[in-house]
Amino acid sequence: MRIFIAFIYVFLYAPIALIVGLSFNSGRQAFVWQGFSTEWYGKAFSNPLITEALMTSLMIALSTAFLSAIFGTLLALGLERLKGWLRVLFDILIYTSIMVPGIVIGIATLIAFVSFFDLVNPVLEAAIGWRLQMGAWAVIAAHVLFNIAVVALLVRARLQGMDRSLVEASEDLYATPAGTFVQVVLPLLAPAILAGFLLAFTFSFEDFIIAYFVAGPDVTLPIYVFSSIRRGVTPEINAVGTVVLLSSLLLLIAAQWVLRRGDRTAD
Amino acid sequence: MTAALLAPAGVFFLFLLIIPLAVVLVFSFGERAPAGGYAAAFTFDNYLNLPARSKAFINTLTLAPLGTLLTAIIAFPVAYFLAVKVSPRWRVTMLVLIMAPFWTSQLLRYYAWIMLLGAKGIPSWLALIGITDVRLINTPWAVLIGAVYGFLPLMVPPIYVSLEKLDKRLLEASADLGATPVSTFFQITLPLALPGVATGSMLVFILLMGDYILPQYLGGGKVFFIGNALVDLFLQSRNWPFGAAVSVALVLIMLVTIYAYMRFVLSRGDRRRAALV
Repeated sequence: MRIFIAFIYVFLYAPIALIVGLSFNSGRQAFVWQGFSTEWYGKAFSNPLITEALMTSLMIALSTAFLSAIFGTLLALGLERLKGWLRVLFDILIYTSIMVPGIVIGIATLIAFVSFFDLVNPVLEAAIGWRLQMGAWAVIAAHVLFNIAVVALLVRARLQGMDRSLVEASEDLYATPAGTFVQVVLPLLAPAILAGFLLAFTFSFEDFIIAYFVAGPDVTLPIYVFSSIRRGVTPEINAVGTVVLLSSLLLLIAAQWVLRRGDRTAD
Repeated sequence: MTAALLAPAGVFFLFLLIIPLAVVLVFSFGERAPAGGYAAAFTFDNYLNLPARSKAFINTLTLAPLGTLLTAIIAFPVAYFLAVKVSPRWRVTMLVLIMAPFWTSQLLRYYAWIMLLGAKGIPSWLALIGITDVRLINTPWAVLIGAVYGFLPLMVPPIYVSLEKLDKRLLEASADLGATPVSTFFQITLPLALPGVATGSMLVFILLMGDYILPQYLGGGKVFFIGNALVDLFLQSRNWPFGAAVSVALVLIMLVTIYAYMRFVLSRGDRRRAALV
Protein backbone atom coordinates (compact mmCIF):
# COMPACT_ATOMS: atom_id res chain seq x y z
CA MET A 1 0.00 0.00 0.00
CA ARG A 2 2.68 2.51 1.02
CA ILE A 3 4.73 1.63 -2.05
CA PHE A 4 1.71 2.19 -4.25
CA ILE A 5 1.05 5.62 -2.70
CA ALA A 6 4.71 6.60 -3.06
CA PHE A 7 4.58 5.50 -6.67
CA ILE A 8 1.52 7.72 -7.27
CA TYR A 9 3.38 10.80 -5.98
CA VAL A 10 6.38 9.97 -8.17
CA PHE A 11 4.01 9.47 -11.11
CA LEU A 12 2.44 12.91 -10.52
CA TYR A 13 5.71 14.78 -10.02
CA ALA A 14 8.14 13.07 -12.42
CA PRO A 15 7.06 15.12 -15.48
CA ILE A 16 7.22 18.33 -13.43
CA ALA A 17 10.70 17.43 -12.19
CA LEU A 18 11.73 16.76 -15.77
CA ILE A 19 10.64 20.26 -16.86
CA VAL A 20 12.31 21.96 -13.88
CA GLY A 21 15.51 19.95 -14.38
CA LEU A 22 15.75 20.64 -18.09
CA SER A 23 15.19 24.37 -17.59
CA PHE A 24 18.75 24.43 -16.20
CA ASN A 25 20.15 22.70 -19.28
CA SER A 26 22.84 24.72 -21.06
CA GLY A 27 22.34 23.15 -24.51
CA ARG A 28 20.07 24.48 -27.23
CA GLN A 29 18.06 21.31 -27.47
CA ALA A 30 15.49 21.21 -24.71
CA PHE A 31 15.64 17.50 -24.02
CA VAL A 32 19.33 16.58 -24.36
CA TRP A 33 21.34 17.34 -21.21
CA GLN A 34 24.50 19.35 -21.88
CA GLY A 35 25.39 20.88 -18.54
CA PHE A 36 24.02 23.15 -15.82
CA SER A 37 23.18 26.75 -16.61
CA THR A 38 20.68 29.43 -15.65
CA GLU A 39 21.15 31.35 -18.89
CA TRP A 40 17.70 30.36 -20.21
CA TYR A 41 15.98 32.19 -17.40
CA GLY A 42 17.69 35.39 -18.51
CA LYS A 43 16.94 34.70 -22.17
CA ALA A 44 13.29 33.85 -21.48
CA PHE A 45 12.63 37.05 -19.59
CA SER A 46 14.38 39.23 -22.13
CA ASN A 47 12.44 37.69 -25.01
CA PRO A 48 9.74 40.28 -25.80
CA LEU A 49 7.42 37.63 -27.27
CA ILE A 50 7.44 35.76 -23.96
CA THR A 51 7.13 38.79 -21.69
CA GLU A 52 4.31 40.18 -23.84
CA ALA A 53 2.43 36.86 -23.76
CA LEU A 54 2.98 36.71 -20.01
CA MET A 55 1.59 40.23 -19.54
CA THR A 56 -1.42 39.46 -21.76
CA SER A 57 -2.13 36.30 -19.75
CA LEU A 58 -1.77 38.11 -16.42
CA MET A 59 -4.08 40.89 -17.60
CA ILE A 60 -6.70 38.38 -18.80
CA ALA A 61 -6.47 36.29 -15.64
CA LEU A 62 -6.70 39.29 -13.28
CA SER A 63 -9.67 40.79 -15.15
CA THR A 64 -11.39 37.39 -15.21
CA ALA A 65 -10.80 36.87 -11.50
CA PHE A 66 -12.12 40.31 -10.50
CA LEU A 67 -15.18 40.21 -12.73
CA SER A 68 -16.07 36.61 -11.85
CA ALA A 69 -15.64 37.20 -8.12
CA ILE A 70 -17.92 40.26 -8.21
CA PHE A 71 -20.59 38.98 -10.62
CA GLY A 72 -20.56 35.46 -9.17
CA THR A 73 -21.10 36.80 -5.65
CA LEU A 74 -23.92 39.06 -6.84
CA LEU A 75 -25.48 36.06 -8.60
CA ALA A 76 -25.33 33.93 -5.44
CA LEU A 77 -26.90 36.74 -3.39
CA GLY A 78 -29.60 37.28 -6.01
CA LEU A 79 -30.40 33.57 -6.22
CA GLU A 80 -31.07 33.56 -2.47
CA ARG A 81 -33.99 35.93 -3.00
CA LEU A 82 -35.27 34.14 -6.04
CA LYS A 83 -38.05 31.55 -6.13
CA GLY A 84 -39.93 29.60 -8.76
CA TRP A 85 -39.10 29.10 -12.41
CA LEU A 86 -36.57 31.92 -12.62
CA ARG A 87 -34.45 30.24 -9.97
CA VAL A 88 -34.66 26.93 -11.83
CA LEU A 89 -33.63 28.74 -15.02
CA PHE A 90 -30.56 30.28 -13.37
CA ASP A 91 -29.63 26.93 -11.83
CA ILE A 92 -29.78 25.33 -15.26
CA LEU A 93 -27.65 28.13 -16.71
CA ILE A 94 -25.04 27.77 -13.95
CA TYR A 95 -24.73 24.01 -14.43
CA THR A 96 -24.78 24.33 -18.23
CA SER A 97 -21.87 26.82 -18.16
CA ILE A 98 -19.88 24.30 -16.14
CA MET A 99 -20.92 21.22 -18.11
CA VAL A 100 -20.52 22.40 -21.70
CA PRO A 101 -16.90 21.62 -22.66
CA GLY A 102 -14.55 24.60 -22.92
CA ILE A 103 -13.86 23.78 -26.55
CA VAL A 104 -17.57 24.14 -27.41
CA ILE A 105 -17.76 27.45 -25.50
CA GLY A 106 -14.74 28.63 -27.49
CA ILE A 107 -16.27 27.58 -30.80
CA ALA A 108 -19.72 28.99 -30.01
CA THR A 109 -18.26 32.33 -28.89
CA LEU A 110 -16.05 32.49 -31.99
CA ILE A 111 -18.74 31.83 -34.58
CA ALA A 112 -21.42 33.93 -32.87
CA PHE A 113 -19.14 36.96 -32.45
CA VAL A 114 -17.49 36.70 -35.86
CA SER A 115 -20.90 36.45 -37.56
CA PHE A 116 -22.04 39.52 -35.64
CA PHE A 117 -18.88 41.43 -36.56
CA ASP A 118 -19.36 40.54 -40.24
CA LEU A 119 -22.78 42.19 -40.02
CA VAL A 120 -21.79 45.40 -38.25
CA ASN A 121 -18.20 45.96 -39.40
CA PRO A 122 -19.06 47.38 -42.87
CA VAL A 123 -21.31 49.96 -41.19
CA LEU A 124 -18.82 50.73 -38.43
CA GLU A 125 -15.97 51.12 -40.89
CA ALA A 126 -17.93 53.50 -43.08
CA ALA A 127 -19.11 55.52 -40.10
CA ILE A 128 -16.08 55.74 -37.79
CA GLY A 129 -13.32 53.91 -39.71
CA TRP A 130 -12.92 51.28 -37.01
CA ARG A 131 -13.81 47.59 -36.86
CA LEU A 132 -14.60 45.07 -34.16
CA GLN A 133 -12.43 41.97 -33.88
CA MET A 134 -11.73 39.06 -31.56
CA GLY A 135 -9.04 39.54 -28.95
CA ALA A 136 -8.10 39.37 -25.28
CA TRP A 137 -11.43 40.92 -24.32
CA ALA A 138 -13.29 37.94 -25.83
CA VAL A 139 -11.06 35.56 -23.87
CA ILE A 140 -11.97 37.43 -20.67
CA ALA A 141 -15.68 37.31 -21.51
CA ALA A 142 -15.64 33.56 -22.18
CA HIS A 143 -13.58 32.86 -19.04
CA VAL A 144 -15.88 35.00 -16.89
CA LEU A 145 -18.90 32.96 -18.04
CA PHE A 146 -17.46 29.73 -16.63
CA ASN A 147 -16.05 31.29 -13.48
CA ILE A 148 -19.20 33.23 -12.56
CA ALA A 149 -20.80 29.80 -12.22
CA VAL A 150 -17.91 28.46 -10.11
CA VAL A 151 -17.87 31.49 -7.78
CA ALA A 152 -21.68 31.43 -7.47
CA LEU A 153 -21.62 27.78 -6.37
CA LEU A 154 -18.85 28.41 -3.82
CA VAL A 155 -20.52 31.52 -2.38
CA ARG A 156 -23.93 29.88 -2.34
CA ALA A 157 -22.59 26.90 -0.38
CA ARG A 158 -21.18 29.34 2.17
CA LEU A 159 -24.43 31.36 2.31
CA GLN A 160 -26.37 28.19 3.04
CA GLY A 161 -24.01 27.30 5.86
CA MET A 162 -24.25 30.81 7.31
CA ASP A 163 -25.87 31.44 10.68
CA ARG A 164 -29.09 33.40 9.96
CA SER A 165 -29.27 34.66 13.52
CA LEU A 166 -26.25 36.87 12.88
CA VAL A 167 -28.17 38.81 10.23
CA GLU A 168 -31.22 39.00 12.46
CA ALA A 169 -29.13 40.21 15.39
CA SER A 170 -27.63 42.91 13.19
CA GLU A 171 -31.10 44.01 12.08
CA ASP A 172 -32.38 44.00 15.66
CA LEU A 173 -29.53 46.30 16.58
CA TYR A 174 -30.81 48.78 13.97
CA ALA A 175 -28.10 48.26 11.36
CA THR A 176 -29.19 49.41 7.91
CA PRO A 177 -29.42 46.61 5.29
CA ALA A 178 -26.25 48.01 3.71
CA GLY A 179 -24.53 48.08 7.09
CA THR A 180 -25.53 44.48 7.80
CA PHE A 181 -24.23 43.43 4.41
CA VAL A 182 -20.86 45.15 4.71
CA GLN A 183 -20.24 44.37 8.38
CA VAL A 184 -21.81 40.92 8.76
CA VAL A 185 -22.51 39.10 5.49
CA LEU A 186 -19.49 40.15 3.43
CA PRO A 187 -16.84 39.15 6.01
CA LEU A 188 -18.52 35.75 6.34
CA LEU A 189 -18.51 35.25 2.58
CA ALA A 190 -14.98 36.57 2.09
CA PRO A 191 -13.17 33.20 2.19
CA ALA A 192 -15.47 31.72 -0.48
CA ILE A 193 -15.14 34.83 -2.66
CA LEU A 194 -11.36 34.85 -2.31
CA ALA A 195 -11.13 31.12 -3.06
CA GLY A 196 -13.32 31.71 -6.14
CA PHE A 197 -11.09 34.61 -7.17
CA LEU A 198 -7.97 32.43 -6.96
CA LEU A 199 -9.63 29.51 -8.80
CA ALA A 200 -10.81 31.88 -11.54
CA PHE A 201 -7.34 33.40 -11.84
CA THR A 202 -5.66 30.00 -12.15
CA PHE A 203 -8.26 28.64 -14.57
CA SER A 204 -7.94 31.70 -16.78
CA PHE A 205 -4.15 31.78 -16.65
CA GLU A 206 -3.91 28.09 -17.56
CA ASP A 207 -6.61 27.92 -20.23
CA PHE A 208 -5.43 27.12 -23.72
CA ILE A 209 -8.38 25.85 -25.71
CA ILE A 210 -10.88 28.71 -25.25
CA ALA A 211 -8.17 31.33 -25.89
CA TYR A 212 -7.00 29.38 -28.96
CA PHE A 213 -10.39 29.99 -30.55
CA VAL A 214 -11.28 33.51 -29.44
CA ALA A 215 -7.99 35.38 -28.82
CA GLY A 216 -7.78 36.65 -32.41
CA PRO A 217 -4.39 38.30 -32.93
CA ASP A 218 -3.57 38.38 -29.19
CA VAL A 219 -1.14 35.78 -27.84
CA THR A 220 -1.54 34.38 -24.33
CA LEU A 221 1.21 32.42 -22.60
CA PRO A 222 -0.42 29.00 -23.18
CA ILE A 223 -0.88 29.89 -26.86
CA TYR A 224 2.80 30.87 -27.05
CA VAL A 225 3.85 27.65 -25.30
CA PHE A 226 1.65 25.60 -27.65
CA SER A 227 3.12 27.15 -30.78
CA SER A 228 6.69 26.86 -29.50
CA ILE A 229 6.13 23.19 -28.63
CA ARG A 230 5.03 22.77 -32.22
CA ARG A 231 8.25 24.38 -33.45
CA GLY A 232 10.39 22.35 -31.05
CA VAL A 233 10.91 23.31 -27.44
CA THR A 234 13.94 25.23 -26.21
CA PRO A 235 15.00 25.34 -22.54
CA GLU A 236 13.57 28.88 -22.65
CA ILE A 237 10.06 27.45 -22.50
CA ASN A 238 11.07 25.07 -19.71
CA ALA A 239 12.38 28.07 -17.76
CA VAL A 240 9.11 30.00 -18.21
CA GLY A 241 7.22 26.82 -17.34
CA THR A 242 9.21 26.41 -14.13
CA VAL A 243 8.52 29.98 -13.03
CA VAL A 244 4.81 29.67 -13.88
CA LEU A 245 4.63 26.29 -12.18
CA LEU A 246 6.13 27.55 -8.93
CA SER A 247 3.82 30.59 -8.96
CA SER A 248 0.74 28.37 -9.47
CA LEU A 249 1.86 26.13 -6.63
CA LEU A 250 2.19 29.17 -4.36
CA LEU A 251 -1.24 30.44 -5.41
CA LEU A 252 -2.80 27.06 -4.74
CA ILE A 253 -1.26 26.86 -1.30
CA ALA A 254 -2.51 30.40 -0.63
CA ALA A 255 -6.04 29.40 -1.70
CA GLN A 256 -5.90 26.36 0.55
CA TRP A 257 -4.69 28.44 3.46
CA VAL A 258 -7.46 31.02 2.96
CA LEU A 259 -10.15 28.33 2.80
CA ARG A 260 -8.91 26.58 5.94
CA ARG A 261 -8.66 29.81 7.88
CA GLY A 262 -12.19 30.66 6.77
CA ASP A 263 -13.46 27.30 8.00
CA ARG A 264 -11.88 27.88 11.37
CA THR A 265 -13.45 31.33 11.80
CA ALA A 266 -16.79 29.84 10.74
CA ASP A 267 -16.57 27.35 13.62
CA MET B 1 -32.72 44.90 -6.15
CA THR B 2 -32.81 41.20 -6.99
CA ALA B 3 -32.84 42.10 -10.67
CA ALA B 4 -29.75 44.27 -10.22
CA LEU B 5 -27.94 41.40 -8.49
CA LEU B 6 -28.76 38.97 -11.28
CA ALA B 7 -28.28 41.35 -14.22
CA PRO B 8 -24.48 41.06 -14.74
CA ALA B 9 -24.49 37.26 -14.65
CA GLY B 10 -27.64 37.28 -16.78
CA VAL B 11 -25.87 39.35 -19.45
CA PHE B 12 -23.01 36.83 -19.57
CA PHE B 13 -25.38 33.86 -19.71
CA LEU B 14 -27.32 35.51 -22.54
CA PHE B 15 -24.44 36.73 -24.72
CA LEU B 16 -21.83 34.05 -24.03
CA LEU B 17 -23.93 30.96 -23.52
CA ILE B 18 -27.51 31.11 -24.81
CA ILE B 19 -26.97 33.11 -28.01
CA PRO B 20 -23.67 31.43 -29.00
CA LEU B 21 -25.12 27.95 -28.43
CA ALA B 22 -28.20 28.95 -30.43
CA VAL B 23 -25.91 30.15 -33.24
CA VAL B 24 -24.12 26.78 -33.18
CA LEU B 25 -27.48 25.03 -33.46
CA VAL B 26 -28.55 27.24 -36.40
CA PHE B 27 -25.20 26.83 -38.15
CA SER B 28 -25.40 23.05 -37.83
CA PHE B 29 -28.27 23.14 -40.35
CA GLY B 30 -26.39 25.41 -42.76
CA GLU B 31 -23.93 24.92 -45.59
CA ARG B 32 -20.21 25.58 -45.88
CA ALA B 33 -19.58 28.82 -47.77
CA PRO B 34 -17.24 28.32 -50.76
CA ALA B 35 -14.39 30.17 -48.99
CA GLY B 36 -15.11 28.47 -45.68
CA GLY B 37 -17.36 29.61 -42.88
CA TYR B 38 -21.14 29.56 -42.99
CA ALA B 39 -23.80 30.03 -45.68
CA ALA B 40 -27.47 30.12 -44.76
CA ALA B 41 -29.43 26.98 -45.65
CA PHE B 42 -31.63 24.38 -44.07
CA THR B 43 -30.26 20.90 -44.51
CA PHE B 44 -29.63 17.80 -42.43
CA ASP B 45 -26.53 16.98 -44.50
CA ASN B 46 -24.14 17.90 -41.68
CA TYR B 47 -25.81 15.46 -39.34
CA LEU B 48 -26.02 12.76 -42.01
CA ASN B 49 -22.33 13.37 -42.59
CA LEU B 50 -21.36 12.69 -38.95
CA PRO B 51 -20.20 9.11 -39.70
CA ALA B 52 -17.31 10.71 -41.65
CA ARG B 53 -15.87 11.56 -38.22
CA SER B 54 -16.95 8.31 -36.57
CA LYS B 55 -13.36 7.48 -35.62
CA ALA B 56 -13.18 10.56 -33.39
CA PHE B 57 -16.53 9.71 -31.80
CA ILE B 58 -15.58 6.07 -31.23
CA ASN B 59 -12.20 7.00 -29.70
CA THR B 60 -13.77 9.60 -27.41
CA LEU B 61 -16.67 7.38 -26.39
CA THR B 62 -14.41 4.46 -25.51
CA LEU B 63 -11.36 6.19 -24.07
CA ALA B 64 -13.18 8.89 -22.05
CA PRO B 65 -15.28 6.38 -20.02
CA LEU B 66 -12.34 3.96 -19.78
CA GLY B 67 -9.99 6.74 -18.66
CA THR B 68 -12.56 7.88 -16.09
CA LEU B 69 -12.97 4.32 -14.76
CA LEU B 70 -9.22 3.74 -14.60
CA THR B 71 -8.70 7.07 -12.82
CA ALA B 72 -11.41 6.18 -10.28
CA ILE B 73 -9.90 2.73 -9.65
CA ILE B 74 -6.46 4.21 -9.00
CA ALA B 75 -7.79 7.23 -7.08
CA PHE B 76 -9.82 5.15 -4.64
CA PRO B 77 -6.93 3.53 -2.72
CA VAL B 78 -5.10 6.87 -2.70
CA ALA B 79 -8.13 8.64 -1.20
CA TYR B 80 -8.66 5.75 1.23
CA PHE B 81 -5.04 5.88 2.37
CA LEU B 82 -5.20 9.66 2.90
CA ALA B 83 -8.54 9.59 4.72
CA VAL B 84 -7.97 6.53 6.92
CA LYS B 85 -4.26 5.73 7.26
CA VAL B 86 -2.53 9.11 7.26
CA SER B 87 -2.37 11.08 10.51
CA PRO B 88 -4.69 14.15 10.49
CA ARG B 89 -1.67 16.44 10.66
CA TRP B 90 -0.44 15.46 7.22
CA ARG B 91 -3.74 14.75 5.48
CA VAL B 92 -4.42 18.17 4.02
CA THR B 93 -0.82 18.71 2.93
CA MET B 94 -0.75 15.36 1.15
CA LEU B 95 -4.10 16.10 -0.47
CA VAL B 96 -2.93 19.51 -1.70
CA LEU B 97 0.15 17.81 -3.18
CA ILE B 98 -2.15 15.47 -5.11
CA MET B 99 -4.24 18.40 -6.40
CA ALA B 100 -1.42 20.82 -7.19
CA PRO B 101 -0.25 19.40 -10.55
CA PHE B 102 -3.68 19.95 -12.11
CA TRP B 103 -3.27 23.67 -11.64
CA THR B 104 0.09 23.93 -13.37
CA SER B 105 0.75 24.13 -17.09
CA GLN B 106 -1.10 21.23 -18.68
CA LEU B 107 0.69 21.82 -21.98
CA LEU B 108 4.16 21.41 -20.53
CA ARG B 109 3.26 18.46 -18.33
CA TYR B 110 1.82 16.51 -21.27
CA TYR B 111 4.80 17.57 -23.31
CA ALA B 112 7.06 16.00 -20.67
CA TRP B 113 5.00 12.81 -21.07
CA ILE B 114 5.84 12.75 -24.79
CA MET B 115 9.47 12.38 -23.67
CA LEU B 116 8.69 9.82 -20.99
CA LEU B 117 6.54 7.63 -23.24
CA GLY B 118 8.60 8.15 -26.41
CA ALA B 119 11.15 5.68 -27.78
CA LYS B 120 13.94 7.16 -25.57
CA GLY B 121 11.80 7.11 -22.41
CA ILE B 122 10.09 4.24 -20.63
CA PRO B 123 10.29 1.79 -23.58
CA SER B 124 14.11 2.12 -23.64
CA TRP B 125 14.27 1.49 -19.85
CA LEU B 126 12.07 -1.56 -20.27
CA ALA B 127 14.42 -2.80 -22.99
CA LEU B 128 17.22 -2.78 -20.41
CA ILE B 129 15.39 -5.41 -18.38
CA GLY B 130 14.63 -7.44 -21.46
CA ILE B 131 11.17 -6.21 -22.37
CA THR B 132 11.61 -5.01 -25.91
CA ASP B 133 9.35 -3.69 -28.65
CA VAL B 134 7.08 -1.74 -26.33
CA ARG B 135 5.40 1.14 -28.11
CA LEU B 136 3.54 3.59 -25.93
CA ILE B 137 3.42 7.06 -27.49
CA ASN B 138 0.62 7.62 -30.00
CA THR B 139 -1.31 4.56 -28.79
CA PRO B 140 -4.57 4.37 -26.82
CA TRP B 141 -2.42 3.28 -23.85
CA ALA B 142 -0.58 6.60 -23.86
CA VAL B 143 -3.90 8.45 -23.85
CA LEU B 144 -5.15 6.34 -20.92
CA ILE B 145 -1.93 6.91 -18.94
CA GLY B 146 -2.29 10.61 -19.69
CA ALA B 147 -5.92 10.57 -18.55
CA VAL B 148 -5.02 9.02 -15.20
CA TYR B 149 -2.08 11.38 -14.82
CA GLY B 150 -4.07 14.46 -15.75
CA PHE B 151 -7.24 13.78 -13.79
CA LEU B 152 -6.14 11.90 -10.66
CA PRO B 153 -5.78 15.32 -8.97
CA LEU B 154 -9.50 15.95 -9.58
CA MET B 155 -10.72 12.46 -8.73
CA VAL B 156 -9.01 12.00 -5.35
CA PRO B 157 -10.48 15.00 -3.42
CA PRO B 158 -14.22 14.16 -3.73
CA ILE B 159 -13.59 10.49 -2.84
CA TYR B 160 -11.40 11.62 0.05
CA VAL B 161 -14.18 13.88 1.36
CA SER B 162 -16.79 11.10 1.33
CA LEU B 163 -14.39 8.61 2.97
CA GLU B 164 -13.36 11.08 5.63
CA LYS B 165 -16.98 11.56 6.67
CA LEU B 166 -17.40 7.80 6.91
CA ASP B 167 -18.12 6.68 10.47
CA LYS B 168 -15.23 4.33 11.39
CA ARG B 169 -17.47 2.55 13.92
CA LEU B 170 -19.41 1.08 10.99
CA LEU B 171 -16.25 -0.72 9.88
CA GLU B 172 -15.63 -2.02 13.40
CA ALA B 173 -19.24 -3.15 13.72
CA SER B 174 -18.96 -4.97 10.43
CA ALA B 175 -15.77 -6.72 11.56
CA ASP B 176 -17.29 -7.58 14.95
CA LEU B 177 -20.22 -9.20 13.21
CA GLY B 178 -17.78 -11.48 11.44
CA ALA B 179 -17.61 -9.85 8.01
CA THR B 180 -14.39 -10.40 6.09
CA PRO B 181 -12.43 -7.24 5.15
CA VAL B 182 -13.44 -7.84 1.53
CA SER B 183 -17.16 -7.97 2.23
CA THR B 184 -16.87 -4.99 4.62
CA PHE B 185 -15.29 -3.08 1.75
CA PHE B 186 -17.99 -3.97 -0.77
CA GLN B 187 -20.93 -3.70 1.60
CA ILE B 188 -19.96 -0.67 3.68
CA THR B 189 -16.98 1.36 2.48
CA LEU B 190 -17.72 1.41 -1.23
CA PRO B 191 -21.48 2.19 -1.03
CA LEU B 192 -20.83 5.02 1.43
CA ALA B 193 -18.06 6.45 -0.75
CA LEU B 194 -20.20 6.25 -3.88
CA PRO B 195 -21.32 9.92 -3.89
CA GLY B 196 -17.67 10.99 -3.92
CA VAL B 197 -16.81 8.53 -6.68
CA ALA B 198 -19.82 9.78 -8.66
CA THR B 199 -18.86 13.46 -8.28
CA GLY B 200 -15.23 12.83 -9.22
CA SER B 201 -16.14 10.63 -12.17
CA MET B 202 -18.55 13.23 -13.49
CA LEU B 203 -15.94 15.98 -13.36
CA VAL B 204 -13.29 13.85 -15.04
CA PHE B 205 -15.69 12.51 -17.66
CA ILE B 206 -16.83 16.02 -18.63
CA LEU B 207 -13.25 17.22 -19.01
CA LEU B 208 -12.09 14.12 -20.90
CA MET B 209 -14.98 14.23 -23.36
CA GLY B 210 -14.00 17.73 -24.50
CA ASP B 211 -10.24 17.29 -24.22
CA TYR B 212 -7.92 18.42 -26.97
CA ILE B 213 -4.36 18.67 -25.61
CA LEU B 214 -4.18 15.13 -24.19
CA PRO B 215 -5.08 13.29 -27.41
CA GLN B 216 -3.15 15.85 -29.45
CA TYR B 217 0.11 15.30 -27.55
CA LEU B 218 -0.07 11.68 -26.43
CA GLY B 219 -2.24 10.36 -29.27
CA GLY B 220 -0.10 12.23 -31.79
CA GLY B 221 -2.77 12.46 -34.48
CA LYS B 222 -3.27 8.69 -34.44
CA VAL B 223 -5.59 8.50 -31.45
CA PHE B 224 -7.73 11.61 -31.80
CA PHE B 225 -10.83 12.80 -29.96
CA ILE B 226 -13.87 14.87 -30.95
CA GLY B 227 -11.92 17.91 -29.67
CA ASN B 228 -9.23 17.33 -32.30
CA ALA B 229 -11.87 16.99 -35.01
CA LEU B 230 -13.40 20.29 -33.88
CA VAL B 231 -10.10 22.18 -34.00
CA ASP B 232 -9.53 20.76 -37.47
CA LEU B 233 -13.02 21.66 -38.71
CA PHE B 234 -13.04 25.20 -37.33
CA LEU B 235 -9.45 26.33 -37.64
CA GLN B 236 -8.06 24.32 -40.57
CA SER B 237 -10.74 23.18 -43.02
CA ARG B 238 -13.09 25.98 -41.92
CA ASN B 239 -16.20 23.85 -42.37
CA TRP B 240 -18.23 25.66 -39.73
CA PRO B 241 -21.65 24.02 -40.32
CA PHE B 242 -20.22 20.51 -40.10
CA GLY B 243 -18.17 21.51 -37.05
CA ALA B 244 -21.34 22.95 -35.50
CA ALA B 245 -23.13 19.63 -36.05
CA VAL B 246 -20.21 17.78 -34.40
CA SER B 247 -20.41 20.21 -31.43
CA VAL B 248 -24.16 19.68 -31.08
CA ALA B 249 -23.64 15.91 -31.19
CA LEU B 250 -20.91 16.17 -28.51
CA VAL B 251 -23.08 18.24 -26.18
CA LEU B 252 -26.08 15.93 -26.72
CA ILE B 253 -24.04 12.81 -26.02
CA MET B 254 -22.70 14.42 -22.85
CA LEU B 255 -26.15 15.46 -21.63
CA VAL B 256 -27.58 11.99 -22.25
CA THR B 257 -24.68 10.13 -20.59
CA ILE B 258 -24.57 12.46 -17.61
CA TYR B 259 -28.34 12.18 -17.17
CA ALA B 260 -28.24 8.38 -17.42
CA TYR B 261 -25.29 8.23 -15.05
CA MET B 262 -27.00 10.45 -12.46
CA ARG B 263 -30.13 8.32 -12.65
CA PHE B 264 -28.03 5.19 -12.17
CA VAL B 265 -26.10 6.63 -9.21
CA LEU B 266 -29.18 8.10 -7.56
CA SER B 267 -31.14 4.89 -7.94
CA ARG B 268 -28.47 2.97 -6.01
CA GLY B 269 -29.33 2.56 -2.37
CA ASP B 270 -28.94 5.80 -0.48
CA ARG B 271 -30.76 8.71 -1.99
CA ARG B 272 -28.07 11.19 -1.16
CA ARG B 273 -27.81 13.72 -3.91
CA ALA B 274 -24.61 13.42 -5.87
CA ALA B 275 -23.76 17.10 -6.01
CA LEU B 276 -22.07 18.01 -9.23
CA VAL B 277 -19.47 20.32 -7.77
